[in-house]
Amino acid sequence: MTDDSFAGERNTGALTADQPGAGGLRAGRRGHMSFVRAHLREYGLLIALVAIMLFFQIATDGILLRPINLTNLILQNSYIVIMALGMLLVIVAGHIDLSVGSVLGFIGALAAVMIVNYDINYWLTAAICIAVGGMIGAAQGFWVAYFRIPSFIVTLAGLLVFKGLTLWLLAGQSVGPFPPGFQLLSSGFVPDLLGGTDLNLLALVLGLALAFLVIVLSVRSRRNAGDDTDEPYALFAAKIGLAALAIVYLSYLMATFRGFPNVLIVMALLISVYMFVTNRTTLGRRIYALGGNEKAAKLSGINTERLTFLTFVNMGMLAALAGLVFAARLNTATPKAGAGFELDVIAAVFIGGASMAGGVGTVVGVVIGAFIMGVMNNGMSILGIGIDYQQVIKGLVLLAAVIFDVLNKQKAA
Amino acid sequence: MTGKLLEMRGITKTFPGVRALDDVSLSVAEGEIHALVGENGAGKSTLMKVLSGVYPHGSYEGQILVDGAEQRFRGIRDSEAAGIAIIHQELALVPTLSIAENLFLGHERARGGVIDRTRTREEATRLLARVGLRENPGTRVGSLGLGKQQLVEIAKALAKKVRLLILDEPTSSLNERDSEALLDLLEDLKRKGVASILISHKLNEIARVADRITVLRDGASVSTIEAGGAPVSEDRIIRDMVGRALTDRYPPRTPRIGKVLMEVRDWTVAHPTDPDRLAVDGVSFDVRAGEVLGIAGLMGAGRTELAMSLFGRAWGKKTSGTVRIEGREADTSTVRRAVEAGLAYVTEDRKQYGLVLDETIRRNVPLANLAGISSGGVLDEARELSVAREYRDKLRIKCSSVAQEAVNLSGGNQQKVVLSKWLFADPKVLILDEPTRGIDVGAKYEIYAIIAELAAQGRAVVVISSEMPELLGITDRIHVMNEGRFVAEMPVADASQERIMAAILRSGQSASARVRTPAPAA
Repeated sequence: MTDDSFAGERNTGALTADQPGAGGLRAGRRGHMSFVRAHLREYGLLIALVAIMLFFQIATDGILLRPINLTNLILQNSYIVIMALGMLLVIVAGHIDLSVGSVLGFIGALAAVMIVNYDINYWLTAAICIAVGGMIGAAQGFWVAYFRIPSFIVTLAGLLVFKGLTLWLLAGQSVGPFPPGFQLLSSGFVPDLLGGTDLNLLALVLGLALAFLVIVLSVRSRRNAGDDTDEPYALFAAKIGLAALAIVYLSYLMATFRGFPNVLIVMALLISVYMFVTNRTTLGRRIYALGGNEKAAKLSGINTERLTFLTFVNMGMLAALAGLVFAARLNTATPKAGAGFELDVIAAVFIGGASMAGGVGTVVGVVIGAFIMGVMNNGMSILGIGIDYQQVIKGLVLLAAVIFDVLNKQKAA
Repeated sequence: MTGKLLEMRGITKTFPGVRALDDVSLSVAEGEIHALVGENGAGKSTLMKVLSGVYPHGSYEGQILVDGAEQRFRGIRDSEAAGIAIIHQELALVPTLSIAENLFLGHERARGGVIDRTRTREEATRLLARVGLRENPGTRVGSLGLGKQQLVEIAKALAKKVRLLILDEPTSSLNERDSEALLDLLEDLKRKGVASILISHKLNEIARVADRITVLRDGASVSTIEAGGAPVSEDRIIRDMVGRALTDRYPPRTPRIGKVLMEVRDWTVAHPTDPDRLAVDGVSFDVRAGEVLGIAGLMGAGRTELAMSLFGRAWGKKTSGTVRIEGREADTSTVRRAVEAGLAYVTEDRKQYGLVLDETIRRNVPLANLAGISSGGVLDEARELSVAREYRDKLRIKCSSVAQEAVNLSGGNQQKVVLSKWLFADPKVLILDEPTRGIDVGAKYEIYAIIAELAAQGRAVVVISSEMPELLGITDRIHVMNEGRFVAEMPVADASQERIMAAILRSGQSASARVRTPAPAA
C-alpha cells in the first residue's frame, strides 16, 4: 500500500514535468495569496470560526474558552453536530429533512417512557430507539426514493406527525428523571485511565494522538491527490499545523477540567466515520454523484433509489441518537424537545458550504458550520444578549454565508 | 445590391489572458442569410454575444453599425430594439406556459397590467401562421416537440419586429424533416425582408441556404465566401475552418470482424406514458466483435429508446425480447446488470445523462466502475488518479489537469470523458448515441479514431447517428430504423444516403399516408 502510493507520487512528478501547463507548476508561480483567494471558501470558513471565537473570547473576558464553558459548548452542540452529519448526506443527495427536530423529541419521549415508566433496561432502550429512528427514516425515505414525493413535503408531514406523537406519548407532561447510568451518556466523562491527578492525562494523550493522526492523514491524502491540489506547501503545512495545535490546546483545556466528555468521544467517532465514508468509500462517492446528476448516476449503474432511501434511514438513526443524547442531557423528556432544531441543523450544513442543489458539501465544513452556530449561541448567551437578537444575528450569519458562497462561485465562473 | 443592414467592424474582445476575438468584421445585407461557421471555440458565440448586447458597449473594441448608424448596446433590450434577436441553442421557453404566453413573455399584450386575451390570441395566431406552425396558441409549450418549440422561438422573435435573426445551431437537435422546414422558413423570412445569421456545424445546410459564409478561426475572420446560388465546396469551408486541408474526414480502418458478440431478438418496448404505443417493435440484430454497426433513422425513429431499453431498461415499459452476449442469455434488467453483462451506453445528451458536470474529470471517469478503483468499498485514491490520467492521455483529453471540472471542458473533451467512463468499465459491446453531436470537425475526427480503435480491440460498437455521412464513413454495416422497426439492413459498401432515405420513406409510406396526405379517391 505504502509502496503503491509512493510509486504514484513519483509518477505525479514525471507527468507534471511533462506538461508545463499543469496545475502544480502554475500555482507555484502565482503565489500563496492568489491561491487563498481562489479557495476563499475553504479558508474563509475556518477563518470565520477562528474570528468568531476570538471575538467572543475577548468580548466575554475569556469566559468562552474556560475549560468548564468549553466542555459545556461541546455538550450543547453535540446533538446538532450528530444530526448535521446525517443531514449532510441527505442534502448532498439533493433532498432535505425537516422532521429531525420532531424525531429527536419523539425518540427522547420514547426513551423516557420505556426507561422511566416501564423500567426497561436503558441499553436495550437505546438500541430499540435507534432502530425506531431508522424505521422512521425508512418510512419517509420510502416515499421520497421510490415514489418521488418531494422530500420537503414528506418530511414536513413527518415534522407534524412526530411532534404530535411526542405529545401523545408524553400525554403532554414531562417525563423524568432518568437513572444515573443513562445520564452518563451526556453528563459523563471518560475516566482518566492514566491516573492523572490535577490534569486528565488520558485526554491530553488522546488529544496528542488525534493531532498526530490528522497530520499523518492529511499528508497522505495530499500525496494521493497528485495534481488535484495546487495548494502551496507552506499553506498546507500552516493549515495542518494550526489545526493540530488547536486540537492539542483544546484537549489541554479540557484536561484541566474533567477530561473528555463521553459525548465528545461519540461525536469524534461519528465525525471520523462520516469523513471516511464521504471521502474514501464508493458509497460516499455514489451519494455525491447522485446529488450532482441523478440521471447520469443512474445510467452509470448506480441504484439511486436505494441510495436515497438509505440516506434517510441513516438520518433517522442519527436523529434518534441525538434524541437520546438530548434527553440524557436534560435528564427529562419534554413535549417541546427538539422544536426548531431542524433549522439549526440545516443552517449548519449550509454554512458549512453544502449546496441546495445537491452534490456539494463536506463533513469538515459541516462540523465547522455547526460550531460557528454553537459558539455564537454560547457567546451571545454569556454576553446576555436576548434570544430575540440571537435569532436575528444567526439568521443574518446564515444568509451572509450563503451569499458569500454564491458570489464566490459566480466570480469563479 | 441591397443596403447593408448590419456591419461589425474590427471587433476585438479580450477576456483575462485570452483574446477571444481579434479584429473581426462581419456584414449582413438586408434580406441575406449569412452563415457563420468555425470550430468550437473559434469565437462564434462571443461575436454573437457582442452583437446582441450580452457584452455591453465598452467591454469590446470596434464598432457595430445598423443601417449605417453606430449602435452602443448596453444589453439585450437595446439590441432587440434595433431589430436584432438571438435564438440560443438551449431554447428560452417556459415549458409550463402556453405558446401564446411564451410568445409575448416580457412584452405581454396588456392594458394597465391586465392581459388582453383577445389581442394576445389574435396576434399569436397570426405569428404562428407566419412561421407555419399549426398549433393552438393555448397549447402548453412543454407538450410540443423540439422542432415546433424552435418555431415558437422564431415566432417570439418576430413578435418583436425583428429584422435580423441570429440562430445558434438551430437544427442540432432537429430531425431531417424539421430541419428542412426550418431552413424553408428562413428562406421565406428572407423574402419578406428578415435577414438571418445562421451558426451551424452542418455544412450541407449552409450550402443550401446561405448567401454568404463567414469562417471564423481562432477568434479571427478567415474568409467570407460568396455563395450566391452557386454550390460551395464543403472542402473549402472545412479547409478554412481548421486551417488545413482535411483530406480524410474519417480515419482509415481495416475491419477485422470476429464472432457474434451480442444478439438481440424480438426486442419490443412500450412507450412509458402511452402503453398502447410501441416505441420499439420486434427489433432483432446481431453485432460482431471488431464490427462497427450503424443505426440510421430520423429523430423519433426509436433508436435512443432501443438503446436505452437494452441498457438496463433505462427507458420504456413492458420490455420484452432477449439479449445474448457471447452466446449466453444476458440479464440486462437493471443498468448495473447490463454493465456487468458487458454493455455500455454513451448517451446522446452528455450534459444531462453522461456527466456529473460539477465534478472533476478524475471523479467522473471511474463512476461506472467504482469497483475498479476500490477494494471492499474503500476507494484507492492513487489508483483513481492514475486511471484518470491514463484515459486523459489515451483519449487526449485537453484539460489543465484531471482536477478540472467537467463543466469547463469543450463539448469534444466532455464527450471523451464520457467515453473514458465507459471504457474504464471495459464493456464488450458499446452503444454510442450521436457520439459527435455538437462537436467541432477536428474533435469529431478524434472520436472516430477512438471508435475505430475500440473495434480494433475486438469490441463490438453500435453507433446511432442522424448524420448519414458519418455512418457511411465509420461503420461496417447499417441498419435503418423507422417508427420503432428495423426496416433495412445494408453493408456499408452498398449504402448511400439515398438508399437510407429511400428505405425510411418507403417503410413510412403506409403509416404517414394516413396522417399527411388525404387518401386518394377510391
